[in-house]
Amino acid sequence: MTRGRGNYLLFLIPGALLLIAVILVPFAMNIGISFTQWSGAGDPKWTGLDNYRRLFADDVFWASFRHNLGLVVAMAIVPTVAGLVIAAALFDFVAKRFGTRAASVLRACVYLPQVLPIAVAGIVWSWILAPEGAVNELLSAVGLGSLAQNWLGDPDVALWSVMGVMVWIQVGYPVVIFMAGMQRADPSLHEAAELDGAAWWGRFWHVTVPQLRPEVFVVLLTCTIAALKVFGPIYVLTRGGPGGSTNVPSYYSFQNFFEKTQVGYGAAIATVLTVLILVLTTVFLRIQRRGEHA
Amino acid sequence: MKRHVTLWSLIVLAVVMLAPFLVVALNALKSPAEYAADGPLSFPDGVYLQGLIDFWVRVGFGQKLLNSVVISGSVAVLAVVISVLNAYALGIGRIRGRTWILVAFLIANTLPQEALAYPLYFLANETGLYDTQLGVIIIFTIIQAAFGTYLLSSTFVGFPHELLEAAYLDGANKWQTLVRIVVPISRPTLGVLFVFFFIWTWNEFFLPLILLISNDTQTVPVALGVLQGQRMMDATMTSASALLGVIPAIAFFLIFQRTLTRGITAGAVK
Repeated sequence: MTRGRGNYLLFLIPGALLLIAVILVPFAMNIGISFTQWSGAGDPKWTGLDNYRRLFADDVFWASFRHNLGLVVAMAIVPTVAGLVIAAALFDFVAKRFGTRAASVLRACVYLPQVLPIAVAGIVWSWILAPEGAVNELLSAVGLGSLAQNWLGDPDVALWSVMGVMVWIQVGYPVVIFMAGMQRADPSLHEAAELDGAAWWGRFWHVTVPQLRPEVFVVLLTCTIAALKVFGPIYVLTRGGPGGSTNVPSYYSFQNFFEKTQVGYGAAIATVLTVLILVLTTVFLRIQRRGEHA
Repeated sequence: MKRHVTLWSLIVLAVVMLAPFLVVALNALKSPAEYAADGPLSFPDGVYLQGLIDFWVRVGFGQKLLNSVVISGSVAVLAVVISVLNAYALGIGRIRGRTWILVAFLIANTLPQEALAYPLYFLANETGLYDTQLGVIIIFTIIQAAFGTYLLSSTFVGFPHELLEAAYLDGANKWQTLVRIVVPISRPTLGVLFVFFFIWTWNEFFLPLILLISNDTQTVPVALGVLQGQRMMDATMTSASALLGVIPAIAFFLIFQRTLTRGITAGAVK
């Protein structure tokens, strides 16, 4: 092509300026702030690596990361596994016996929580899980009243409750992605396995799952990142409590920014979280690329 | 027999997924007295709308809806425009260093918003954009456009070259080619992006919570989330607020179901 390439740059200018002003400069500022002690007013005081040193000795910070691991299980691992089984059951079984319409209605039911604003999902559940809420009421109605408890107010149970809510929110996303992936898959492999006498479980494990590898990767990556960033449900359900039992790094940095006015420390937490997410993304993408070449 | 077990377990699953919506709807229609007498699981005796009306008036819900529509609508339009411009330069123009530019945009989408929150709060204060819808619109325009740039660039790489050559031979400049050829042909994809940007922005919570503090600017999720966090509502009012938060989401879902499912799969795996 004979056209000059230079002036295509003009089209990039608005986007690039916005990217610099809204993302790159603020991110650089955040890193800068993380080396200071600052209350948000007046001049920040340069303290070098003090915030990071403090962070690595801070039990609250490490606890918040442990809670994050629980949320990775609830938001990435459980939904991926459940999503594979549900998607396969819908695709292989419901769609074939009862029609694609039945399958897409069921799929829509599972997907619905995904379209809710996450804060609204939190409101719905904080009320259902309240001491006089629907869950306890249901338990006593079926004679299991002894299991009733303060689901979000008891430090021993709160994180498990939050994890349960997150499974409910997340599970629809892998189901939709995996069902789309199954449409792409080659049906003849399945038929061959069926002729060889493989049971449903065998076909699922040896044919369906390997074919969905790219989708499984994408779902695990995006859901793990979402779990590390999770803020809205924590804010609405528990505010990190009771007694810090559901605190997560994103909420902890928010607390330091706007409640404790320890902006430098909050920025250090946010920076560590960012590094972790970027490293994780790079590793995931590497593994995926290697998988594709193999 | 075994087949019925599978079907029934899927139906039970669907009921579990829908149960919270049903409980919310049931209780939003009860009077506080009825709720106190019968608890959260009973059917309402009649349709009691006063709780919904009271809540609507108390939080100025109409205003919140309007704010959400204005913010999400503006972001969706602007982010589609920016995505198209970026992708035109990167995907069709193939400007030098495009891989790295694309990586820079992708970082915008991957960074946790916590790592931008305080600087954005500070800069918004400095520029007078704090607690204005314009500030939030600018921020989410680029966050959403980062994803749009990624998605559109990869589809624009395969854009039919004959069309671009023909436009060039007809004397069209680059801008005319973009507006008359590229945009009309990619309209379906742009529509999907628009729907996505709208709903994603509608659902955003963290940055709007920090940047929109007054009643006149807040969006629906922020207004509801802040009220909930303050724990100042009784049970029927909470369910009323939850129902009002759920309804727009379900409306989007019913209107855009096809687009949504097609769109998330398009975005996830090229």
